[in-house]
Amino acid sequence: MLDLICEDGTTFTENSLAQSPLAIRGLTVTYGQKPAVFSVDMTVQPGEMTAIIGPNGAGKSTMLKAALGVIPSVSGRVQIFGKPLQDQRARVAYVPQRASVDWDFPTRVIDVVLMGLYRQVGLLGRIRGQHRASALDCLTRVGMADFADRQIGQLSGGQQQRVFLARALAQDADLYLLDEPFAGVDAATEKAIITVLKSLRAEGKTVVVVHHDLATVTEYFDNVFLINTRKVAEGSVETTFNTVTLQAAYGGRLAATQVEQLNQITG
Amino acid sequence: MIWDALLLQLGYNATLVSVGAALLGAAAGITGTFLFLRKRALVADAVSHATLPGVCLAFLVMASLGGDGRNLIGLLIGSALSAWVGLWCLNWLTLRTRLAEDAAIGAVLSTFFGFGVVLLTVIQTAGIGRQAGLEGFLLGSTAGMLFNDALMIAGGGAATLVIIALTRRALTLVSFDPEYASAQGINVSQVDMLMMGLVMAVTVIGLKIVGLILIVALLIIPAVTARFWSERSDIVVLLAGIFGATAAYVGAGVSASAPNLPTGPLIVLMSAGLFALSLFFAPSRGVMAAVIRQQRFQRRVHLRQGLLALAQGQPIYENLTLRLLGRAGLVRPDGVATEIGRARAAKALRDEKRWEILRRDHAHEAAAELYDGLREIETVLTPDEIREIDTKIGPPQEIPT
Repeated sequence: MLDLICEDGTTFTENSLAQSPLAIRGLTVTYGQKPAVFSVDMTVQPGEMTAIIGPNGAGKSTMLKAALGVIPSVSGRVQIFGKPLQDQRARVAYVPQRASVDWDFPTRVIDVVLMGLYRQVGLLGRIRGQHRASALDCLTRVGMADFADRQIGQLSGGQQQRVFLARALAQDADLYLLDEPFAGVDAATEKAIITVLKSLRAEGKTVVVVHHDLATVTEYFDNVFLINTRKVAEGSVETTFNTVTLQAAYGGRLAATQVEQLNQITG
Repeated sequence: MIWDALLLQLGYNATLVSVGAALLGAAAGITGTFLFLRKRALVADAVSHATLPGVCLAFLVMASLGGDGRNLIGLLIGSALSAWVGLWCLNWLTLRTRLAEDAAIGAVLSTFFGFGVVLLTVIQTAGIGRQAGLEGFLLGSTAGMLFNDALMIAGGGAATLVIIALTRRALTLVSFDPEYASAQGINVSQVDMLMMGLVMAVTVIGLKIVGLILIVALLIIPAVTARFWSERSDIVVLLAGIFGATAAYVGAGVSASAPNLPTGPLIVLMSAGLFALSLFFAPSRGVMAAVIRQQRFQRRVHLRQGLLALAQGQPIYENLTLRLLGRAGLVRPDGVATEIGRARAAKALRDEKRWEILRRDHAHEAAAELYDGLREIETVLTPDEIREIDTKIGPPQEIPT
């Protein structure tokens, strides 16, 4: 088997980081002829929280979707806990962007969470009391148990986001990938979500979040991954989240006020 | 005659036609619901119109080989092949060009149908074979249907239903959230293909009874009808099956009782009737329910505003407000609050304060969500919880007379 040579000169399989919860090598995704993500390597640290940041259209969500096989990639390899994705589906929970579905779909909150048990229940298996109970548990964790029987269209944006998180929790995975979970949600939801994510980390699970709010990065995350079509920087928040890397990722698009604000945050 | 047809008293063949139509209607309604939820309803229209060239070509092939050009199985195989080609063209146009799906549907639908009509005209003017009845595939006809034909339609409908029962969970998940389904390891394009395969199957087995022009109605109308009645996809699917079966059964029965009535249009009219009934009378999502809800809401707003005005000693100018307060015995004809009126006004004002506290408390989020300025606080809190809030407000205030 041929090995891909990584940027740091090691090969994919001999790289000790191949045991990482999510290791991406040479991932390229194009829309038409234009690359949205170009030859990106990423190595997620186990049991930690990582933020993927970058300007609009930098390929943050695209990279995540391509890593999960939701959209096709032109090239690249992805390993989940050192194995190919298709053997590890049960260990990965994905929270898509809220806007990606039609919230007028005829379904109740509890039914959405039960979708997270799809692999457990199977194609034909009956949904039993135990499944309902664990779905309700997940709703309780995000503070939405009282809404179980509501039609999903009656929820506020933040509540919808929490239902999506509950559905991912129902999978009881080891790696959680969230696409912009804090976009356009209320303060109560943001607090509820970050509490749940931190409790996942405390259980030893790995969390990767596509994030847009630079102001909360240091408070929420252990690691950052900066991307602007190509990888800009990757590492712990202390060493990597600074004005130099941010300028490199955002270029001129980082407003002067934002720079000032970041100088305060990053010191 | 009609009652005889509906009660299955028109003989064995007619009975089988009705039962076959009902099974077809159920299969179409249920398949169509997934299509509707996946927001690809019009694809069915392209698929069904794309069957016509296949029907005609199959007829020509069978007639030229010296067989009976009207053999239903042969015609259906031909229609399925050309529907598949049409679907393939549609997918290619959508994926490989910059055409949006609706434009691709228009292009494929009209091209295939136009080609089919040319072939049909050629067959009819050239007098090839015994072509009489071929145009019945356009609008559907139960006249001259053979026992075996009816049996095949019934069997096809039943088989479609079984396949859906086995794959319903994947179909629902892909319809609601294809990205998540894909991340869960479901092959979304395969599920979409299955959905299209089911649509094709329903179209092909429905050709004889409903006809290719109107089969799309039997796929879509029951689904949108059912949507009025439920907020749960599994129930919507089930209801769509029932509505589709009812419409097809009654339509086929009526058509059997009067030989010159085309079957397809009758079935479509029946399902349109069910749709109209649902549109107006369905609880909660229906038009009537919406009107009544709006009126009730308006009254509650006026009553509440009136009570708060009384509580704060402000004059009321709105006639509707005064009338509603008077009718409820809360104000006298001269506009002065009665004993009950003052008590209710005091309660309204106190509830406002209670809500205010409730809404600041994240522990009561679900309850606070229900705040609309109108709801009685007792409907969302227990007496104990209200007492706890009251300790923060202090003793009740007296309302001035």
